Amino acid sequence: MKKTNKLQDFICRTELKMSPFFERTSQINQSQEWKRWGGYLSATQYDLHHDNEYFAIRTKAALLDISPLYKYRIKGTDAQCFLDKLVTRNIQLCIVGQVMYSPWCDEEGKVIDDGTIQFLAENDFRLTSAEPNLTWLIDNSIGMDVSISDESDDISALALQGPKSRDILNSISSKSLDSLKFFRLIETDLKGIPVTISRTGYTGDLGYEIWVDPSQSISLWDLLIKYGKRFGITPVGLNALDIARIEASLILLDVDYISSRHALIENRKSSPYELGLDWTVKMNGNNFIGKKALLFEKKSPSNWKFRGIQIEWEPMEKLFKRVGLPPSLPSKAWRLSTPLYYNNKQVGYATSGCWSPIMKCYIALAHIQEEYAQINSKLDFEIKVEHFNELTSAVVVETPFFNPERKMSCPN
Amino acid sequence: MSKLSKYDAIIVGGGHNGLTAAAYLAKAGKKVLVLERRYVLGGAAVTEEVFPGFKFSVCSYVVSLLKSNVIRELMLPKFGLEILPLESTFTPFDKDYLFRTSDPDQTYKEIYRHSRKDAETYKRFGPLMGQIGMAVRPILETVAPNPLGINFSDIVSLKKLFTHFNGLSDENFEYLCKLMTMSSADFLDEWFEFEPLKATMAASGIIGTFMGPRSPGSAYVMLHHYMGDIDGSFRAWGFQRGGTGELSMAIARSAEYFGADILTSASVDKVLTKDGKACGVVLENGDEYESDIVISALDPKLTFLKLVDENDLPSDFVRDIKNFRIRGSSGKVNLALDGLPNFTALPGDGPHLRGAISISPSYDYLEKGYDDAKYGNFSKEPYMDIILPSVLDPDMAPLGKHVMSCFVQYAPYNINGGWDDMKREAFGDAVINTLEKYAPNIKDIILHRQVLTPQDLETTFGLSEGNIFHGELTLQQLFSLRPAVKWADYTTPIRNYYQCGSGTHPGGGVTGSPGEMAAKQILKKWK
Repeated sequence: MKKTNKLQDFICRTELKMSPFFERTSQINQSQEWKRWGGYLSATQYDLHHDNEYFAIRTKAALLDISPLYKYRIKGTDAQCFLDKLVTRNIQLCIVGQVMYSPWCDEEGKVIDDGTIQFLAENDFRLTSAEPNLTWLIDNSIGMDVSISDESDDISALALQGPKSRDILNSISSKSLDSLKFFRLIETDLKGIPVTISRTGYTGDLGYEIWVDPSQSISLWDLLIKYGKRFGITPVGLNALDIARIEASLILLDVDYISSRHALIENRKSSPYELGLDWTVKMNGNNFIGKKALLFEKKSPSNWKFRGIQIEWEPMEKLFKRVGLPPSLPSKAWRLSTPLYYNNKQVGYATSGCWSPIMKCYIALAHIQEEYAQINSKLDFEIKVEHFNELTSAVVVETPFFNPERKMSCPN
Repeated sequence: MSKLSKYDAIIVGGGHNGLTAAAYLAKAGKKVLVLERRYVLGGAAVTEEVFPGFKFSVCSYVVSLLKSNVIRELMLPKFGLEILPLESTFTPFDKDYLFRTSDPDQTYKEIYRHSRKDAETYKRFGPLMGQIGMAVRPILETVAPNPLGINFSDIVSLKKLFTHFNGLSDENFEYLCKLMTMSSADFLDEWFEFEPLKATMAASGIIGTFMGPRSPGSAYVMLHHYMGDIDGSFRAWGFQRGGTGELSMAIARSAEYFGADILTSASVDKVLTKDGKACGVVLENGDEYESDIVISALDPKLTFLKLVDENDLPSDFVRDIKNFRIRGSSGKVNLALDGLPNFTALPGDGPHLRGAISISPSYDYLEKGYDDAKYGNFSKEPYMDIILPSVLDPDMAPLGKHVMSCFVQYAPYNINGGWDDMKREAFGDAVINTLEKYAPNIKDIILHRQVLTPQDLETTFGLSEGNIFHGELTLQQLFSLRPAVKWADYTTPIRNYYQCGSGTHPGGGVTGSPGEMAAKQILKKWK
């Protein structure tokens, strides 16, 4: 009998990019399942199953490598004006130490990408995005006093998300994070490693993102693992993150919408209004790219709304019972466009969904025609039961689905 | 003696079933009062900070069978239900171990290194138990019919069950019969060969029951534990964040949301009757509460032999209740630790500490433990089902410290000479000494220990004879016979007096099922 169940090492080669944390993440990825993210190899899960990682986000602290994000540094006396013109949010209201989330549009008011803008210091900003945007940024800065550089490879980033994230950082940061509010950032050092910490994330929970020089990546990872152990720090991959972000109703490019830059037909493009991002559009502020078109759209609104739906359990249970099974839903989040009907007429489609382990319900994000998109409206959701498509009842609900008080609160 | 407000229904006992019944009745618009004797809600599903900073699910420690419709209908996630996965079982033995997880490839590989045959069989066994579980579940979800004085609704439910069993395949029917009658050891012998695997699986057939793995009937209890596997995606198996008491609190919050009143430190002395009908309760402090109906969530012994006068009950019924087997067989040892236990077989931290740890190396080990108990002693080397809640939920212990929950069997209620402080400590020592054989650092890291004997479970938590299921889950006291023939539909021989605890169908565990079914049955009859 072989005594121990020893883990086995292996070496392989890849054409894909490896994040500065790969030296660590590759060693702990038990499943050796990777996804591509911005050309990088990105862990889908470190364990053989993502359950434990998901619950780390909601009960302990999850450590995620988010280095594949695209990052742009925007400096100069016109930096704030430039960003104000670029994105739909009112960046003139942004103050040093603040972070703002915003989509940005083309002249037709269709969303190109979305991300965060960090106001690091006077005339100094960082923009993060899901896709490359350098050309778009440069093209739109003509005549302004700004310098734009792609610092995607020059900054590594980790997200530390979950109820214990603040405690971990406080135990190693020279500055306390207790008064750091939601969507604010500070410069500090973690046991001597200089970092920028923003109270941002993609989980809808208490959480932070840590921005660091790539040369310090491994030291930072090791430091967080060491000091986070007592708090239950857990490296987390994209599968668990995907569930958390759906619960938080945060959209994902190429899944919930298509960048107007890649859309082959007009119908595939979305305005911020069609993505539930009405709150990000500053109609009272300065001009921005797409404003004219969005003003027009506001007057004659689009027929599409972006909503959360909950697929009801009991009717689904009945459908499965007919074939002798309990409802078996995918354990991972799905991204396959799924039709929504009203009286057998298709009135929308869900773009991503999952079983919510914490709320014990089946949820999805969906594009729905306005007249059917009121809260509490009942629709029919297409579901596969033993190879056959069936319709089952779904109801339009408020989003975010999951929104704990700790997400935005500060101690005391 | 003061008279207080009048309620539609009073529920005696704020355990999870009492609270569940209260929530359902309140949801239906009834004015409900729950009276709990202790300062804290939850009964045996309770969290208490036993030592400063160390929180324990003092008695019941995992949520396995909580009904999915109860979770939905009472909107429990909204009120604090959060079940963290607990999906592995680690069985250390000699210098090796068996570690099973929810990952089929990992588990196959792990069993394979012990027995190639078992590794393959295991893949068939799980789905089979699932099929049988699905076959049995309708029984658990039907109000048990009265086989003696059959009325219309009894006939309907009997017919439904008959149709259901007719639909079973021959193979499944055979296995079902075997599971209902055989010992878990005999049943598993037909499938597996590797002792630690068989013993660990058989152990779920003895939990809370005064039987050994070789006692006929233990296979059913094992099946009972598989029932949690058949809810598909809804499956709620694991550790409630904040301890099992938080689950009770979620139910209590739901009940209050629907309008129920809940009082703690309110010990009911007697159920009041007028013209042979229950009409309220009187507390030990003399306070009286009037109500149309009274529902007892206590076990059958307390419900019928303490809360009401025996003379108000038919004598054959009193005899049945007195004969109802409720022998406590287990104790609980809760440890506050300075660090994590280090197992010789698999040293260091790791995923094996995130799930259940089972001290069940062989049938003989378990059966010898039972032998001790049969003759009035606690097991010198007991079976243990252990979890480390603070590994799953850091808030259970101070930073860097841990809590360990050890369910220990056997500890007979009727120990020779009766339980006293010395015997309690000796029992605690036997547990620690046994643990030390597998995790030698255990004595160095224990900061505090709480030892609960069946006697303590009775005195503190009101579990007669310390039985965690309000009566053993043996065939002669299940379904239409739980707690007594003719009275399995939550009614009692006293009009307007009902029962909703684990001593009613479908029995023990944190299921919410007796509370839910009783409430629904009562509402159906409510005029």
